[in-house]
Amino acid sequence: MSIQVQNISKSYNKIKAIDAISFEVNDGELFGLIGPDGAGKTTIFRILTTLLLANEGSASVAGFDIVKDYKAIRNSVGYMPGKFSLYQDLSVEENLKFFAAIFGTTIEENYDLIKDIYIQIEPYKTRRARALSGGMKQKLALCCALIHKPKVLFLDEPTTGVDPVSRKEFWEMLKRLQQKGITILVSTPYMDEAALCDRIALIQKGSILKIDEPRNIIKDYQKIIYDVKAKNRHQLILDLKKYPSQYSVFAFGEYIHYIDKNEDFNAADLDNYLKKQLHTEIEIRISNPTIEDVFMDL
Amino acid sequence: MKTILFIVQKEFRQIFRNKGMLPIIFVLPLVQLLVLSNAASFEIKNIKFSYIDNDHSVASRELISKFQASSYFNIIERFPSKKEADFQMQTGTVDVILEIPNHFERDLIKENGTNLSVSINAIDGAAAGVENVYISQIITGFNQKIQTQLYQYNEASYMRPVNIVTIPSFWYNNTLNYKTFMVPGILVLLVTMLTLFLSSMNIVREKEIGTLEQINVTPIKKYQFIVGKLFPFWVLGLVILTVGLTIAKLIFNVPILGNIGLIYFFTSVYLLVILGIGLIISNHSDTQQQAMFIAWFFSVIFILMSGLFTPIESMPVWAQNVTLLNPIRYFVEIIRMVMLKGATFSDISRPFYMIVCYAFALNGIAVWSYKKTI
Repeated sequence: MSIQVQNISKSYNKIKAIDAISFEVNDGELFGLIGPDGAGKTTIFRILTTLLLANEGSASVAGFDIVKDYKAIRNSVGYMPGKFSLYQDLSVEENLKFFAAIFGTTIEENYDLIKDIYIQIEPYKTRRARALSGGMKQKLALCCALIHKPKVLFLDEPTTGVDPVSRKEFWEMLKRLQQKGITILVSTPYMDEAALCDRIALIQKGSILKIDEPRNIIKDYQKIIYDVKAKNRHQLILDLKKYPSQYSVFAFGEYIHYIDKNEDFNAADLDNYLKKQLHTEIEIRISNPTIEDVFMDL
Repeated sequence: MKTILFIVQKEFRQIFRNKGMLPIIFVLPLVQLLVLSNAASFEIKNIKFSYIDNDHSVASRELISKFQASSYFNIIERFPSKKEADFQMQTGTVDVILEIPNHFERDLIKENGTNLSVSINAIDGAAAGVENVYISQIITGFNQKIQTQLYQYNEASYMRPVNIVTIPSFWYNNTLNYKTFMVPGILVLLVTMLTLFLSSMNIVREKEIGTLEQINVTPIKKYQFIVGKLFPFWVLGLVILTVGLTIAKLIFNVPILGNIGLIYFFTSVYLLVILGIGLIISNHSDTQQQAMFIAWFFSVIFILMSGLFTPIESMPVWAQNVTLLNPIRYFVEIIRMVMLKGATFSDISRPFYMIVCYAFALNGIAVWSYKKTI
């Protein structure tokens, strides 16, 4: 077991940031913490990387207790905070060398681990970190977090503020790292990225709502979701919310996701209702549920 | 050890790449030393002097000419009445009004004495005090001379008046050159302020930009990080001292009588105190702005209570006791003693040991209050 968390709670001035959280991450697993901003993801990361002390509960990372063996943990984990936190006024190479040095290693020693990622930024190795694009900063930060060959990698919202192409690349890199036997705990507010994890924990307001494989979470979802579309989108949301048997209505891409309370719901009734409300170009169809739908329902 | 070297190397790189900071570190002290040392003088010159002569006698004209001869006074005007003179004092065109009464000469001869009225603008009390001394000196000189003459006029038989003339000898600065006194003091101020400000902003800067969070998750040890971060500023402090001493010698020709090695030795310990204070400030603030304000607060108190501008001996007793806690006080004292008096180690051992204790205490607190958690 790479990470074991038992009933961890943390409050800041009486405000509970996380409340009795428990989960386990297996060796070599890619585990995702999925939740909106303010759910307590960063707090969990800080506790597990020994930056914060929990008020209650216990946890271990790579077999070390987070309180007693915090020094051993610092040697064996890699951490990439949500905010880019390398030296902006040092070059790519200097940053990497510096982090290698303070872990008592060299770039050469663990080059094979970072090679795939580093060759992408190597052409810019004399450039100051400040001048890198968001995606390249991310790659550099990942290299720096990997340079000492950590057993467990903590990535706090690594793809926030990164373009879709770089995000996709980034997740491919994570998959490759996972194959090298590194356990990865990653958090993200993007639901589409959740499907790429082995297992995910959905968190909200400091509590875990559900832990499972992404496809099981979707499979377990019983309700039928309808994609609804009409010309006047804003009015459509308002009118759908007025429909007597509505269960939930929320915008999802170009469609509105509509869920009804009744199992014998008939799409034609809704269509008629919307026509009465003078909507045009009405489109109603059954949609495949995603993690986001599950999350919105929890 | 290797880790510390890497941090020091990184720190120096960052200092030299900071295009906004570099001029402040090197140019500002030079400019301040050159400008402040010339400007921060307590010598009172160009006193705006005016007079009202109601007597129009030989004696009164002679007294006026004494003032005219002095390089400290600029004779602005002669006023017909005290009322007019008072008005000019109000508008600020004159600083000193000397009123010579009617029958000044006659009273001097007949009654063996008379009164003069002197009004001094005392908005700046210290300056007024100095002006008063200058005026009294001139009048005393005049008095002695006139007495001699009067005796000669009045007595048929020549009688030698007894005059006591004091000739002061000013030790350690016998031309009373103000710069000799001020330059070492201002140098202290520069070394202190720059190292304090830079070191107090240093670690908090990493906190602010978030790099500290990354560093704290590494196995780096507290002392390695602190030593690595502060060592560059310790070096910088000594560099500034060197530059300052060079300017003091070459441009201001300030004598350096004592052992220069002693100055460096003391400064290297003193800088530890300042860096310790900087680190404590850094630990207790969240942003560079906060750190800046706290550092500023302390440096103003330290400087004004250091004996740099106002002698500690003339402070009230409680304030004198407070200055015992002020590290700048010892530095000012020692640098002046070593440079101007040629003091040896045994002369400065007491303040030196104070600073050593201070260094241990402050750095102890600083390291203790530095936490590798958030």
